[in-house]
Amino acid sequence: MKFWKTKLALLGALCLLAVSGTGFAADPVKMAWVYFGPPGDGGWTFAHDLGMKMVQKELGGKVIASTVENVPESADAERVIRDLASKGNQYIFTTSFGYMEQTLKAAKSFPKVEFYHNTGYKSAENVHTYNSRMYEPAYLAGIIAGRMTKSNVLGYVASFPIPEVVRNINAYTMGARSVNPKVTTKVVWVSSWFDPGKERQAAETLIGQGADMLMQNTDSSATLQAAADKGVYAFGWNSDMSKVAPKAHLASVTQIWGPYYVMVAKAAVEGKPFKDNVWGGMKEGMNGLVSLNSSIPASVVKEVDAKKADIVSGKFKVWSGPVKLQDGSVKLAAGETFTDKDIDSIKFYVEGVDGQLPK
Amino acid sequence: MIESLTPLLASALGAAIPLVLAGLGELIAERAGVLNLGLEGMMLLGALASFMTVANGGGLFEAVTLGMAAGLLASLVFGFVTITLQANQVAAGLSLTILGSGLSAFLGRSYVGIGAPSSFAPLPIPLLKDIPLLGPSLFSFDLLGYTALIALVAVTWFLSRSRAGLTLKAVGESPVVARSLGLPVTRVRYMAVAFGGLMSGLAGAYYSVAQFKMWQEGLTSGNGWIALALVVFATWRPLRVAVGALLFGSVTALGLYFQAIGMHVSTFALASLPYIATVIVLVIISSDQETVRRHAPAWLGKPFYDDS
Amino acid sequence: MIRFRLVPRVAPSQKMLVYAPLLAVVLTLVVGLTIFAALGQNPLHAFRAFFLDPVSNANGISELLMKASPLCLIALGLAIGYRANIWNIGAEGQMYLGGIFASGLAIHYNDAGGPWLLPTMMLAGAVGGALWASITALCRAQFHANEILVSLMLTYVADLLVKFLVYGPWQDPMANNFPISISFGDDALFAPLASYGWALWEGTRINTSVFITLIAIPLAWFFMDRSFAGFQLSVAGVAPGAARYAGYREKRMVWLALIISGVAAGLAGVTEVAGPLGQLNDRWTPGYGFTAIIVATLGRLHAVGIVIASLLMALLYLGGEAVQVTMQLPKAVSQVFQGLLLLFLLGCDVLVNYRVIMIRPLGVAPAPTPPAPAPAAVST
Repeated sequence: MKFWKTKLALLGALCLLAVSGTGFAADPVKMAWVYFGPPGDGGWTFAHDLGMKMVQKELGGKVIASTVENVPESADAERVIRDLASKGNQYIFTTSFGYMEQTLKAAKSFPKVEFYHNTGYKSAENVHTYNSRMYEPAYLAGIIAGRMTKSNVLGYVASFPIPEVVRNINAYTMGARSVNPKVTTKVVWVSSWFDPGKERQAAETLIGQGADMLMQNTDSSATLQAAADKGVYAFGWNSDMSKVAPKAHLASVTQIWGPYYVMVAKAAVEGKPFKDNVWGGMKEGMNGLVSLNSSIPASVVKEVDAKKADIVSGKFKVWSGPVKLQDGSVKLAAGETFTDKDIDSIKFYVEGVDGQLPK
Repeated sequence: MIESLTPLLASALGAAIPLVLAGLGELIAERAGVLNLGLEGMMLLGALASFMTVANGGGLFEAVTLGMAAGLLASLVFGFVTITLQANQVAAGLSLTILGSGLSAFLGRSYVGIGAPSSFAPLPIPLLKDIPLLGPSLFSFDLLGYTALIALVAVTWFLSRSRAGLTLKAVGESPVVARSLGLPVTRVRYMAVAFGGLMSGLAGAYYSVAQFKMWQEGLTSGNGWIALALVVFATWRPLRVAVGALLFGSVTALGLYFQAIGMHVSTFALASLPYIATVIVLVIISSDQETVRRHAPAWLGKPFYDDS
Repeated sequence: MIRFRLVPRVAPSQKMLVYAPLLAVVLTLVVGLTIFAALGQNPLHAFRAFFLDPVSNANGISELLMKASPLCLIALGLAIGYRANIWNIGAEGQMYLGGIFASGLAIHYNDAGGPWLLPTMMLAGAVGGALWASITALCRAQFHANEILVSLMLTYVADLLVKFLVYGPWQDPMANNFPISISFGDDALFAPLASYGWALWEGTRINTSVFITLIAIPLAWFFMDRSFAGFQLSVAGVAPGAARYAGYREKRMVWLALIISGVAAGLAGVTEVAGPLGQLNDRWTPGYGFTAIIVATLGRLHAVGIVIASLLMALLYLGGEAVQVTMQLPKAVSQVFQGLLLLFLLGCDVLVNYRVIMIRPLGVAPAPTPPAPAPAAVST
């Protein structure tokens, strides 16, 4: 009995010491990431994982970062999110669109926890959205494709007809046609985000139809590999895929989440939660066109760099007129620009894209 | 139109090869009465083992050997549980898939995002490859593609002409009768399951070091299930496995092709075509009960207690 | 060399019914904890994180029941068919259809709901699952097409049907083209138990849908073990010849088995869309239809066994998540763990029907030859 008393007293003293010892250098902030896939997907989740690692690197002792991977976008997601919140994570990033409702529901139960939902459109007092303007690097990739194509046919391996994907197809085409008006883009939908077999078949089909510059909006690098085998060029998507097929790889359109995550983490460490919705692009360093192939002529690289500088400075906006629809009618007159709301609900193909948008 | 058929056929063939490899292996296992639903798991392990080998500087021959060994090992675990320990084959197969996906995902974590340093390249057969239309697709496989063709011939011969094939079929038809004839039922079942493992490993190797030349979690993306379906679809006949695999690959390729030429059809309807086609063909085939009965292993899926 | 042999028991060992799964758990723990130790984790810590922490409070229990409930419901339906050797492996697709039918009502009557809506959705979901299953029944009964294959292929089709709906006609017009339906109104949702002032479940997600499973368990038990139709199905599975001889109509049994499992899976679909999810989207099921196959076999196709197996399976999922959250182990590790446990459980079950006998080398009298078992007693 007495033994326990002394022990308890000792423990209490230790606790006091610990508290007073840390002083104002508060406990590390606990942050958690909910991943849709495994970090080993080489694409979407891989990119988020890189961002998380940047937080660990830059704010090592001040932040405890944890991750949960392969979380289905079913009712299970809400349990995982709630579990993370109840285990003391004060900042939780949910990194897939399919977590939107689950994040909002969990956020209601944990008003003191800040939630950050990727690619969604609903926010709340403690739910903030963040997304990347992938159409910007897709436009730049289009410039390269437009300059380098010999057949004037571009190919696009697409997943699902959500606005994000549709506007990337449009931006890629607009970029190409800005330097080569003869270009058309053929699109094949594989109805999946990750199905290497089908992505490869889609790429082969496009190549069979004469496409010699392939872009993909899917997660695996099968498209790139198919291009390498058939001797045409392709772009990587989400993550830098240059190592997969160095010769066929023209460049990768990448998501770069590190700077955003570090910014949120820094605000958290200072005790001032970041509460804005962010839709960032090249200017904010949230995406990029990386690992350009050395076979791209220097003049084209220069052209791309110039355009990039204009995008960063705000001098050029991808969604500024003139934008024409497939039938040649003017959607956006010269001098006009789309608002973010317009961009977020794009449901049409621009001039130069082949075929009809699936409904 | 005609010239666009060549890439279409090539694309369908590329998708068909691993299905044929894995399907033939499963066919032999099922002909011996053992239903192994763990194909997907064995293929993933085979794919990873092969990729790890080349990524660590190994040769292609080594890679394929190790891929097949991985499939073999997994199939023997399955064999022990279902043949020796008499466990339910459906559940054991599903568990093997869970184990295989988990193990491959875990061990393969540091192999993501790099291309295979070496991989199988197409080996066009001189002269034949110049045949218009068919040549460039039919006669420019890589080594594993030709292996699939050879395996197809070998399995067909084995089942219809060889004495061992007869034994295998007898075991699948009725182990009780086979036993009373003095046939080594358990050994035959083990060997059939092991062959299934080897071929699944090979199919996995095809994905990681011949077709995709990379490793990603879940690389086989459900094709193990398709191969499994093809065996039943083919009413346990090897040639029909190949035809079925080609049909499946073609319907997918055709759906994508329609999109590429700008035809306006629902992508979801197109994507469901291969599955609906499989059901329809199956119904037509199965309506002829005589043929099915002649080829279906009557003991499929049931354990057998071997008292020797 | 010493060899081991299996000798069939005259009757299944009641003792082993309990000890075999325990042995499997012990074996898994030994292998699993060795893996954890090899990964540099404290095995005891891992054990606690995996098996105890997830269910150490009301919230954990609530999550366990929410996860086990649909698994149990689907597995009960499947077991009825499996006893008759009718291998429906497309419960996932039937579950999709249950969700679709229920969602259709919820979306259509969003502004004009009432207390009648949820029961009607349940009915519609059951019908949806049964209809989808009856395609398989038709193919098998009329055309002798293999039900394993047909039901599996139809699952892919059902998945694409959901995608078609949420990308098309049932898409929430305010959703910026994202593949989700509107959020259902309260009339179309199972109420949380907490909303009835049940203090124990305060702040948890458990809802009234668990009662569907609670009602289904005794019903399924009665049907399987006490009703004549259930008896007929079992006979058809164990001894098809005898069943034909007794004049049981095979076609009727195929329809019966598939429709029952379709109804169960369809209802499970309703409990998900009208439960914690509250909307239809393109990826709403975490594969319950497939997991339930394992649950049914682990539960030895028996109602009580299935209840236990579904709880165990649910715990494996929660534990897998928990070690990710608390110990930062990748999901793949818990998957390996699950696969191992399942294989051990299946393998150890051999002890129920067999004894292990050691055979000594020459010089020792051989074990007495056992009576050859009738194949029927061995097949499951």
